Amino acid sequence: MSVSIQSEPIDLAAELAALGGSGAGGIATFIGHVRADDGVTGLTLEHYPGATERALAALVAEATGRWGLVAARIVHRVDAMRPGDAIVFVAAAAPHRRAALDACAFLIDRLKTDAPFWKREARGDEAHWVEARASDGHAARRWD
Amino acid sequence: MAVELLYFAWVREAIGTGAETMTPPPGVATVGALIDWLATRSAGHAAAFADRARLRAAVDQVFVTLDAPIAGAREIALFPPVTGG
Repeated sequence: MSVSIQSEPIDLAAELAALGGSGAGGIATFIGHVRADDGVTGLTLEHYPGATERALAALVAEATGRWGLVAARIVHRVDAMRPGDAIVFVAAAAPHRRAALDACAFLIDRLKTDAPFWKREARGDEAHWVEARASDGHAARRWD
Repeated sequence: MAVELLYFAWVREAIGTGAETMTPPPGVATVGALIDWLATRSAGHAAAFADRARLRAAVDQVFVTLDAPIAGAREIALFPPVTGG
């Protein structure tokens, strides 16, 4: 069970390989990428060191208890990224697929509302802070 | 009692610093009251805290609502709604 916050690109092959040894019957993963729509040329991510790790660890603990996971992993990038880069990797490993799939969806839905990250989008020389979306709140609340 | 204040994203930019240590007066008992008091400190603070609906908070690294008490807090963070993932 672990969480990582890192500036470096996410090594997806290594992350998947590490989960393969968990003995799970099913592993569900979600990979979020920096979108290139609307002319976005770059993304910078700020976070709250300490509180971020604490929030992600709490989500992993909740998912593990609720779905009986044998392993879970969250890797989130911070600092500067470009369109197409993987920004977040979420994985849930469980004895059966339904638990793995539901736990993975729970982790990414709740990460979006519970973890202190802030995105700043650049379009050429212009940059602005991304506004939170009401739909993210709705997605997170379906797990209440 | 002195408390460490942390600011993130556009709150940090409006205030011009990501951290400062302050000693709120004894009557400031909640996060919301702290925001009202901080807003009087400078034009940057006033701009950052003008719209309560756009502010979120954490006391000692735990997310709280703005009516949460701050007695005994060592670290209070004020920031916009989060946008990770």
